Amino acid sequence: MADPEIKSYAPHHESQSAAVTESRPAKAVLMIVTFAFLGIFLLLPLIVVFNEAFARGLSAYTEALTSPDTRSAIHLTLLVAAISVPLNIVFGISAAWAIAKFEFKGKAFLTTLIDLPFSVSPVISGLVYVLLFGAQGLFGAWLKAHGIVILFAVPGIVLATIFVTFPFVARELIPLMQEQGNGDEEAALSLGANGWQAFWYVTLPNVKWGLLYGVLLCNARAMGEFGAVSVVSGHIRGLTNTMPLHVEILYNEYNAAAAFAVASLLAGLALVTLVLKTLLEMRYGAEIAATRGH
Amino acid sequence: MTTAPAKAGWRFRQPSVIPGFGLTLGFSLAYLTLIILIPLSGLIWRSAALGWTDFWAIATDRRTINALEISFGTAFIAAAVNVVFGTIVAWVLVRYNFPGRRIVDAMVDLPFALPTAVAGIALTTLYAPNGWLGSLLAPLGIKVAYTPLGIVIALIFIGLPFVVRTVQPIMEEIDKEVEEVAATLGANRFQTIARVLLPGLAPAIVTGFALAFARGVGEYGSVIFIAGNLPYKSEIAPLLIVIRLEEYNYAAATAIAAIMLALSFVMLLVINLVQTWSRKRYG
Repeated sequence: MADPEIKSYAPHHESQSAAVTESRPAKAVLMIVTFAFLGIFLLLPLIVVFNEAFARGLSAYTEALTSPDTRSAIHLTLLVAAISVPLNIVFGISAAWAIAKFEFKGKAFLTTLIDLPFSVSPVISGLVYVLLFGAQGLFGAWLKAHGIVILFAVPGIVLATIFVTFPFVARELIPLMQEQGNGDEEAALSLGANGWQAFWYVTLPNVKWGLLYGVLLCNARAMGEFGAVSVVSGHIRGLTNTMPLHVEILYNEYNAAAAFAVASLLAGLALVTLVLKTLLEMRYGAEIAATRGH
Repeated sequence: MTTAPAKAGWRFRQPSVIPGFGLTLGFSLAYLTLIILIPLSGLIWRSAALGWTDFWAIATDRRTINALEISFGTAFIAAAVNVVFGTIVAWVLVRYNFPGRRIVDAMVDLPFALPTAVAGIALTTLYAPNGWLGSLLAPLGIKVAYTPLGIVIALIFIGLPFVVRTVQPIMEEIDKEVEEVAATLGANRFQTIARVLLPGLAPAIVTGFALAFARGVGEYGSVIFIAGNLPYKSEIAPLLIVIRLEEYNYAAATAIAAIMLALSFVMLLVINLVQTWSRKRYG
């Protein structure tokens, strides 16, 4: 494989003497454990998804995907991602600008708060909106009097999705922009650029791959979120069912083939995300923040 | 306040020629407050409004206690399993060169990218009595699907990348000379790994454990399909919240959520202290 990453590792491996590497049998055991563990826990579930999706043949597969309920679920999932991801992009850029470009009191605390949604159960992320906007909620009576529907409708699903995907872009951009410093922007400003120009022509090109990386992860989670969305959606078929919720309904109706057909689309999305993410890491590793994995 | 002497020089922010501080910080704070802080404080406010007797009655309800025990217990076991296997996986990915290493490395992130509901139905199908793995385990008398063991399996899947991705970068930074020195001084390979390398990796391993554990405690989508969801036996706390909500029992849902948040917070605090300690000890 023409893999630059492996090439850069090569000297590392060549310099290994017997004293600083494991014996051959030990190595073999560790490799077997790794492959067995990853095979059972990661590869098999993935294979099962596609195997079950096509278990009843191609026509059953396409039929499941073109049913009106499935199509409206796909529609809703795309709509929700199309609203929540751009909002979190704007927030992520704005928070990264404030945190990375300036020194101010309480910065560390603000950074911690941004990560908060990651340590909250998805179910609780949905619950908090039910407590605010539900019939017994804080604003429930007021919303009802004014005829505004948030819960068990698209706005609630969008809010819950924004909540769970909130940190992705910001936490990718903050360390990256901190690492790059203010030098480029200061040069642009001293050459007569205004703030917007400095951002648009200097900062944005500097962080574009890191931004794309964050957006990729944000989008994958937005389209795949289950727990939070499940609490606020009300599971109304054809209206408030996103793809993951539709998978659940079909599965609970013992319509496994259709459930896995829809699931295979989501698994496909996950695979595309992983491929793009790996390509970004290989090509632009240095231009993506040092923080990996998430 | 003891900041009096510094008061003359106290500044909210350092001066800078870069514009846009007010706009970006203002927008970020407003967005954070509206989306995260107000809803979360609503939860705390609602549970405080419950009153102590009601709160205590919900907290000490057998079903609540069992659900919390199951959530925290299975998450703990799964995170412990991931610490062992995740560290081995990270080691193999960092140290050994084999064809397809890049693909295996990318695969580790699958649980981050795969929607939890998809993972849930796939694992359930795999471990059901007639599934590929379930049918192998059934003759041995091991039941996975619809038991707490199934919850552990789902949480191992969910938590694996947290351990690998936390430990891997630290392993990559290990200075090989340290190992050479240990070997020169007469340590065998096992001693070098156990007494020289692992202590240095301990803070990362503890962090990976904490992240996997925290995620496992709150996990919902991948668990509910495989768990069987029998009250008192295989019902996780997030599911009990959903059940209480569906019963319009907002009080109980709120109280259980508040307990979960508080427990996770305490756990993370303890793990943070352990981390600081191990950094000081082995840093």
